[in-house]
Amino acid sequence: MPDGAYNYAYLDEQTKRMIRRAILKAVAVPGYQVPFGGREMPLPYGWGTGGIQVTAAIIGQDDTLKVIDQGADDTTNAVSIRRFFARVADVATTTRTEEATVIQTRHRVPETPLKDGQILVFQVPIPEPLRMLEPRETETRTLHALTEYGVMQVSLYESIARHGRIAKTYNYPVLVNGRYMMSPSPIPKFDNPKLDNNPALQLYGAGREKRIYAVPPYTSVKSLDFEDHPFEIETWTECCALCDSKESFLDEMIVDDAGKRMFVCSDTDYCQERQQQHRPEKT
Amino acid sequence: MYVAVKGGETAIANSLDLVADKRRGSRDLAELTLEQIDQQLGLAVDRVMTEGSCYDRALAALAIKQARGDLVEAIFLLRAYRTTLPRFGDTQPLDTTQMVAERRISSTFKDVPGGQVLGPTYDYTHRLLDFSLAAAGERPEAPTAPVDAGQALPRVGDILEREGMLEPPPAQDGDASQDITRTPLVLPADRPVRLQNLARGDEGFLLALGYSTQRGYGNNHPFVGEIRYGQVPVAFAPEELGFEIEIAEIDVTECDMVNQFAGAHNIPPQFTRGYGLAFGHAERKAMAMALVDRALRAGELSENATSPAQDEEFVLSHSDSVEASGFVQHLKLPHYVDFQSELVVVRTLRAEVEERNRQTVLDQAAE
Repeated sequence: MPDGAYNYAYLDEQTKRMIRRAILKAVAVPGYQVPFGGREMPLPYGWGTGGIQVTAAIIGQDDTLKVIDQGADDTTNAVSIRRFFARVADVATTTRTEEATVIQTRHRVPETPLKDGQILVFQVPIPEPLRMLEPRETETRTLHALTEYGVMQVSLYESIARHGRIAKTYNYPVLVNGRYMMSPSPIPKFDNPKLDNNPALQLYGAGREKRIYAVPPYTSVKSLDFEDHPFEIETWTECCALCDSKESFLDEMIVDDAGKRMFVCSDTDYCQERQQQHRPEKT
Repeated sequence: MYVAVKGGETAIANSLDLVADKRRGSRDLAELTLEQIDQQLGLAVDRVMTEGSCYDRALAALAIKQARGDLVEAIFLLRAYRTTLPRFGDTQPLDTTQMVAERRISSTFKDVPGGQVLGPTYDYTHRLLDFSLAAAGERPEAPTAPVDAGQALPRVGDILEREGMLEPPPAQDGDASQDITRTPLVLPADRPVRLQNLARGDEGFLLALGYSTQRGYGNNHPFVGEIRYGQVPVAFAPEELGFEIEIAEIDVTECDMVNQFAGAHNIPPQFTRGYGLAFGHAERKAMAMALVDRALRAGELSENATSPAQDEEFVLSHSDSVEASGFVQHLKLPHYVDFQSELVVVRTLRAEVEERNRQTVLDQAAE
């Protein structure tokens, strides 16, 4: 039931074309932040307007859309964005990672490996990986142009000097295709290895900052590290209380006043799939 | 348990119903009409039109009603509607000398051609609560002098400029027709882009920045050359016609700020200007905008840019209330994943510190 008052997928065709041109440029120069004429969307800035614009520009009636926030399909913002596209684009939606052609995500990469032809759209709050080290856009642009990334290496080194390890846990900087430093958006570093050489196309949209960047399929994405301090991901001693997974990213929940903890998969689809496969045999 | 994050769909639907219900308030009272908002909360409508970049009183009134009087929310609503509208082209630049002014004052000259016109303003009121407004009752109409709409009103700045005392309007170094709602902000920005950004900028933010320049953070000794408020015609020249047609009359407030300037190596001492323009009657906004515009010209005038108001990246990147409000409030969104990652690393670091401390105690005991 597309809303008659608005164009298909909300944005007008000219705007979608402009965004697609920016996407093509972003794909051609992996990891480079392409400025685009970001529009004001009916959802607030910081709530996924960049991802929504990218999705609106690429989505068609044959697509199947999945939207996740923190890995879950049913968190408030994921529900809100899925409802938005169901309303303005009349598109089929799913919670199954395997069935989706377009997956819009905030803060996670699905645990289920992605396939050829799928597109993963990231919502990005601050596209510039160097922003917290250098607040000026004019400066960071120059640093990228010169591949002058020493400031980030120094910051990681300082973390090792202070804590004995790299204490950065999410939004962990990566080098794309051996050239541009890129913010993977605030995904946990647990997900960084999934970006490398992924068969799916990764599109990153930052609405407030008006930037789009991309990682084409099968592109090298390397998390920054040092020879003597190699990149490593989070680990848990617990396993998922619902599906027993030991490989997935676990969310921690406080279940009573005494502070009792329970760990469950952050990726709800992955967790449910596993529960259906394994649990019936046990009970 | 885990159900806490399930059932989002129903909960959201209920939340939407609740906010609509709150908006309506007590059903014992008559519902506000858009005309009432337009007529009786006119300055709120002006602000929403200005920062919403859309001159439409009815739409702005609707946004205010829908937002329950939250003007930043109303601005957001109007912007999100505006963005879907097609763009036909650019109007001719407004000629504010053709304004039918309801108010026009200069604080630099006792009298100016066209005269000082006080008009409707709170400036000369005593801020005493008028309890007679709490009761219903009609007010007699205020007497007004006849307005000579045909009389052009020369700008005070132009008079000073002819004498060479005031710089001419800064050279047009950018493409005035570049629309910042269609193209991304690229820094350093030219002045048309800056002025567009300031015109859409949050009044509170600009007011504080303008105020900071007066308190010494980038002072440039401002005088109000002129403030005028009234109706100006808007002309549009469709390409297929090749001549101008007048398509509307709009209310605007214009502020020409005159600032001291000691001169630079190739410029003699003279007065410089800062410019502010807002839809409707919005003097505070127009003045704040003019102060900040002048402060941002520091580089161009070879002044030391040391204060926040003179820092273009700082000002232009943070002026927009819709951007700021969205990003600040996105902190309400779930962040469990990032927080979980932080928990994991902080626990590891704490465990290491505790282990080290324990080891130290053991070592000391052994000695």
